[in-house]
Amino acid sequence: MSIAAETKQQVADIGDKYKYGFVTDIEMERAPKGLSEDTVRYISAKKSEPAWMLEWRLGAFKRWGAMREPTWARVHYPKIDYQAAYYYAAPKNTPLKQSLDEVDPKLLETYKKLGIPLHEQMALAGVAVDAVFDSVSVATTFKDKLNEAGVIFCPISEAIRDYPELVKKYLGSVVPVTDNFFATLNAAVFSDGTFVYVPKGVRCPMELSTYFRINASETGQFERTLIIADEGSYVSYLEGCTAPKRDENQLHAAVVELVALDNAEIKYSTVQNWYPGDENGLGGIFNFVTKRGDCRGRKSKISWTQVETGSAITWKYPSCILRGDDSVGEFYSIAIANHFQQADTGTKMIHIGANTKSRIISKGISAGKAQNTYRGLVSVYGKAKNARNYTQCDSLLIGGDCGAHTVPYIESRNPTARIEHEATTSKIAEDQLFYCLARGIPQDEAVSLIVNGFCKEVLQQLPMEFAVEAQKLVGISLEGSVG
Amino acid sequence: MLEIKNLHVSVGDKPILKGLTLSIQPGQVHAIMGPNGSGKSTLSYVLAGRAGYDITEGSITYNGEDLTALAPEERAAKGVFLAMQYPVEIPGVTTMTFLKTALNSQRRARGESDLDAIGVLKLVRAKAKTLNVSEEMLKRALNVGFSGGEKKRLEILQMAIFEPKLAILDETDSGLDIDALRLVAEGVNTLRDPARAMLVITHYQRLLDYIVPDRIHVLARGRIVAEGGKELALELEARGYEHILKDVA
Repeated sequence: MSIAAETKQQVADIGDKYKYGFVTDIEMERAPKGLSEDTVRYISAKKSEPAWMLEWRLGAFKRWGAMREPTWARVHYPKIDYQAAYYYAAPKNTPLKQSLDEVDPKLLETYKKLGIPLHEQMALAGVAVDAVFDSVSVATTFKDKLNEAGVIFCPISEAIRDYPELVKKYLGSVVPVTDNFFATLNAAVFSDGTFVYVPKGVRCPMELSTYFRINASETGQFERTLIIADEGSYVSYLEGCTAPKRDENQLHAAVVELVALDNAEIKYSTVQNWYPGDENGLGGIFNFVTKRGDCRGRKSKISWTQVETGSAITWKYPSCILRGDDSVGEFYSIAIANHFQQADTGTKMIHIGANTKSRIISKGISAGKAQNTYRGLVSVYGKAKNARNYTQCDSLLIGGDCGAHTVPYIESRNPTARIEHEATTSKIAEDQLFYCLARGIPQDEAVSLIVNGFCKEVLQQLPMEFAVEAQKLVGISLEGSVG
Repeated sequence: MLEIKNLHVSVGDKPILKGLTLSIQPGQVHAIMGPNGSGKSTLSYVLAGRAGYDITEGSITYNGEDLTALAPEERAAKGVFLAMQYPVEIPGVTTMTFLKTALNSQRRARGESDLDAIGVLKLVRAKAKTLNVSEEMLKRALNVGFSGGEKKRLEILQMAIFEPKLAILDETDSGLDIDALRLVAEGVNTLRDPARAMLVITHYQRLLDYIVPDRIHVLARGRIVAEGGKELALELEARGYEHILKDVA
C-alpha cells in the first residue's frame, strides 16, 4: 500500500478527528493545586530526592518568581494562570516495576491505543521504550541489552539517585537554570524525564525511544531529558508525544539537554502530535520547550530532526552550541499548523569553535487559519574561523487564510565565515491538485502526497520505522484542509 | 461511448462553449481542431472535471452515465484519461511513487485490490520500454526538470498504464520536435483499440499525419462549425481557419 493510501486508511479508521483523544481512568496522586515553595518540596519529596537536588529546584523557583513570561514570539494566547494548574500527577501506587507484567493493564491498554504496544515493540522493533505516563516512568525495557553495552537509559529521577555525579556534572550545563522563563519553571517543578549516558567508544546498540503522554486534566507536564554521549560514542534517540483531547489548554514546558564530547554523535528525533485543539481553536497543548545541544568536544555532531504536527501553540527552538573545533550541528524540521494552531519554531546555531559547520532545513506547512513562523539564529563568534552554515527555509501554504513567516537572524564576527540562506514560499497549486485528481487520486490523499513530497528531505532524516509513522501524521493532520 | 449534447460552459461570467454537440463510439479516434481561444482546452477540462468550469446548459453522457455528476477522481477510475497540455511538476514525489499511487487509487475505486510494489514496477517497466522512458526518469520527481518531450512521453506512458476507455489528448504535440512527436504518436497508435475511444485536440494538422483520425471536428467560437474525414485537416492546413470561419459565418 502506498504511503498516501495508508494515510487514507488510517484517516478512515479514526472516525473521530483526533485519534489519541481518550482519557485513561486510573487513580491519580496529585500535588496540591498551584505553585509555591511547598509544591517544589512536595515534588522533590515524592521523588525521594537528595538534598542537593531540592536546593537546585528551590534556587530555580526563587529566580522564576522574578522572571517575566517572554512575549517576542509570534503567538497569541490567553494569560496562563500558573496557580490554577497541578504540577505533579502520578498514577497511584506505582513503585518502579521490574517487568511489564507488573504494570497496570489499563496503562498498557493506553499504550496500545497509542500504537506502541510495549511487548510488540520489544519483540519487533528493537526499541527500548522508557514510557513516561504523566510524571512517573512506569516501564523501562531492554535494560539488559543496554546494560551489557554500558549504556545508561533510565528515568531521570532514578539517575539522580543512582548516578548523582553524572547528573550533577551535566544537569543545567547546557540550559542554565535561569536560561528563560519556561526553562526555569521546568527546573523548579520537573517531574520526571529521561537520562541517557553512552560511555566512551560505545555505539548504542538500538534506537532509544520515549513516549510522553499527558493524561490527567489540568496537569502540566514538565519533563527533563539529559543525554550525554561520551568520547567517540553514538546514540540515536526518538521522542514521540501524544496528549488526550481536553477543552482547557494544558501547559507543557520541557527541557532537553544534549552533551556530545570529542568525536561523539547524538541524533535526536521528535514526532510531536500533542492535542492541537479543535477546529474552532478550543483547547490544545501549549508547548513551550527548551531544547539545546552542546557540541562540547572536537569533531562532535548533534543532529535534531523534528516533525511538529500537534499543540495549539508551539514555542520551540532546538539549538546547537558548536563549541568544539570541527563540530557539526544539524536541524531538520517539519512544522505543520492547521485550523487555529500557532507555531513559532526554528533553531539557533552558535558557532564558537573553528571549522564548525551547521545545516538548517526547515519545512513549514500552514493550513486553515494557522500561523507558522520560522525563527532562527546563526551566530558566528570571532574565533570560529571558516565556520559554515547553510540554511533553507521553505513554506507551503494551503488555502488563503493562513500565514507563513520567516525570521532569520544572522550574526558574523569572523570574516572567513560563509553563511548561506535560501527561502521559498509556495502554495499547493490548484493545477497540482487537479493533476492528481484527474489521475484518480482522491483529494486528501493528493494533499498528503504533495506535502510529503515537500517534506521529503526532512522525512529522510528520521529513523526508518518512525519515518512511516511521520508520513501518516503529515497526511492526517492536514485532512480536509482543502475544501 | 461519449455523447455531448448542446454543451454550454462558462468560466466565471464568460461563456466559452456555446452549444457543442459531439458523439464518439468505441474504437474511434476523433480530432478536434480549432484556432486559439476557440474553447479546445475548456472542453478537455470539462470532460476531466476540473473545478471552475460551469456547465450552464446541455449534457455529457459517458457509457450511459451522467459524466458531470462524477468527481474527477471517479471519472479517472471509470476510464476517463486526460493527457494534459502542461503536465504539472510535483517536487519530492518520484514519478514511480506517483504512478503507483494513481494506479492503486483507481483500482481501489473500482473495488480491485492494490497492486504491490513489484507488480507495479513490472507493469511500468514493460510499458516504459516502448515509450523510451528511462529508469532514471522514473526515479526523478514527477515532471521536475523534465524536457517538453519527456513530459509528453510520461503522459502517454500513464495512458498506457491506466488503460483508459476514453483518452483525451490535449495539444499533445505542442512543444515537441519532429522526432519526439513521432515517438509520442507511435505510442498513441499502439494504444488504439476497438474498445477505446480517443479525442485528439490540436491546433495543427501536423499531429494528424501521425495519428490519423476517423473524424475531424472544427471548433470555433465555442461550437463545432465543420466536420469531415481526415482530408479536412489538409484543407485547414492549406487554407487556414479564417477561410472556414468565413464560410460558416
